Amino acid sequence: MTRRISIYRRPEALQDTQTHYCPGCGHGLVHKVIAEVVDKLGIRERTIGIAPVGCAVLAYFYWNFDVSESAHGRVPAVATGIKRVLPDRVVFGYQGDGDLAAIGMGETIHAANRGEAITTIFINNAVYGMTGGQMAPTTLVGQKTSTTPQGRNLDTEGPPIRMCELLNTLEKPHYIERVAFTGIAGVRRIRKAIENAFLAQIEHNAYSFVEVLSPCPIYQRRSPADALKFVEEQMAVYFPVRVFRQDGKVVNA
Amino acid sequence: MSARVLMTGNDAIGEGAIRAGCDGYYGYPITPQNELTAYMARHMPENGRVFVQAESELAAINMVFGTAAAGKRAMTSSSSPGISLKQEGISYLAGCQLPAVIVNVQRAGPGLGDITPSQADYFQATKGGGHGDYHQIVLAPASVQEMHDLTIRAFVLADRYRTPVMILTDGRLGQMMEPLELSDKPAPRVPQKKWALDGAKGRKPNIIRSLYLVPGQLEAINHALQDKYRQIEQKEVDYEERLTDDCEVLLVAYGTCARLCTGALKEARAAGRRVGLLRPITLWPYPYARLRELSTRVRQVLVVEMSSGQMLEDVRLAVDGTTRVDFVGRMGGGVPTQSEVLRHLCRRTNGRCRDQRKLHNRGRK
Repeated sequence: MTRRISIYRRPEALQDTQTHYCPGCGHGLVHKVIAEVVDKLGIRERTIGIAPVGCAVLAYFYWNFDVSESAHGRVPAVATGIKRVLPDRVVFGYQGDGDLAAIGMGETIHAANRGEAITTIFINNAVYGMTGGQMAPTTLVGQKTSTTPQGRNLDTEGPPIRMCELLNTLEKPHYIERVAFTGIAGVRRIRKAIENAFLAQIEHNAYSFVEVLSPCPIYQRRSPADALKFVEEQMAVYFPVRVFRQDGKVVNA
Repeated sequence: MSARVLMTGNDAIGEGAIRAGCDGYYGYPITPQNELTAYMARHMPENGRVFVQAESELAAINMVFGTAAAGKRAMTSSSSPGISLKQEGISYLAGCQLPAVIVNVQRAGPGLGDITPSQADYFQATKGGGHGDYHQIVLAPASVQEMHDLTIRAFVLADRYRTPVMILTDGRLGQMMEPLELSDKPAPRVPQKKWALDGAKGRKPNIIRSLYLVPGQLEAINHALQDKYRQIEQKEVDYEERLTDDCEVLLVAYGTCARLCTGALKEARAAGRRVGLLRPITLWPYPYARLRELSTRVRQVLVVEMSSGQMLEDVRLAVDGTTRVDFVGRMGGGVPTQSEVLRHLCRRTNGRCRDQRKLHNRGRK
């Protein structure tokens, strides 16, 4: 008699629902990876997520644990307010580049500087998606968006902001890593980085940050396949993919 | 036995919050409410509660949002410019139906204005303030004792209706010292919060949100909010009356202005003038019905405010032309005096008010 063994299935921490994300978007995969990590660590019943304003505003419909919305950019403040009164829960914020590095820059830096025992998952796709493809703080120089029709101009818009490097100047972050959608190995590294980040919170009661360089075919103005190439060949050149902080110590390049 | 102590209004709010079981306080420095933040910095940790000095008013109100979403009691405080910054967060609290207490120790505006006391944030507090169709409950203390007592009530109302509640006071009440009796009662019971985010253990996940994209859903949510507001209007109106049984002139004032009106009332009564006072304690919901009743029996309603005449509009709505409504107001940190109030009491001639005097306020010249 044969026994069927399930080797690949939907994580318990992920809802069984249809996606609203565009074909080729990175959000869905990162949602799933977070759910896999939550399952692996056995923390689904004590995890609280915070969804941003941006494409991932509806993230709460995908995860099978408690999730709050947040005003635009204020995810780290909301996370602080939850974690401080429920210190034994696992609290993470999920933010895009506009939410985290533009309107929410203040909250991002100060939550990290206080060393809040939260985890931030930062999806960097170098463009605003939900509002229709405007320049993000991480848009590459020369990259065309609806608000940089001639391409981002270094003289007038400045260079894209490197968040991992910025946060790495602070004392208290315990774990900082930048990962990217670069093939199967890249996805495995995304999963490992998110797991490490959650463990930094759970085991060390510390702040952790994972930046994911992510495809947005629609507003990176490429086919899904070319969007992945854009992430690997252009974004990952300007935004080095590596561990910046491990166990609270700066990791040299 | 309750302790009788001497405290500033700002400290009394802080002590009231602690005694109300406030779990988390989040603040950003601004004058004239700094004593409150400092009080919480010292006493919240002493009581095993959370204190965070936030990096901005935006962060502070959103930390309040987080703590409220987690089902715990949360408070922030600020003064007028800082309260303007919190409006987005207050709208989110209203939209997500989260209980929270916000203290506005008003200062004079507009803009950076001055640190002197004011009541110029009445419109902002009572008519919405942030975006969308919402109200917050607004409580207006007129003494240091009430700063303490109404703060406790604010937490109870916030939980009862899952709504933001504002303590609307001013720099004068915040800074002044008075004796008061501290509550010796245990913190009011926290109702069961099945909606709170505390981990989906043995239940389906909870979601806190104000975003509704399915056509009709948001309209239904708005109707539910409005139903709640009607319920609050029916049940929570509160005010104090002084010598209104036989009055011919009715003073209407809240907070600091109600205190000076009490002085004017005593002086007028001593001179044989039949003057009474209606002091709204809830500014939203506003005591329209009682004011309307009283207005039918008096020759004049005299509104006294530290603004250009903001509550005055609510008084006119209540009075609805049944009697004359006059106004004494100061702006930009000016505080009306007792004698200014007395000068504007109408004089009786043949059963009617003489109108020879220009009764409009100095601020409107």
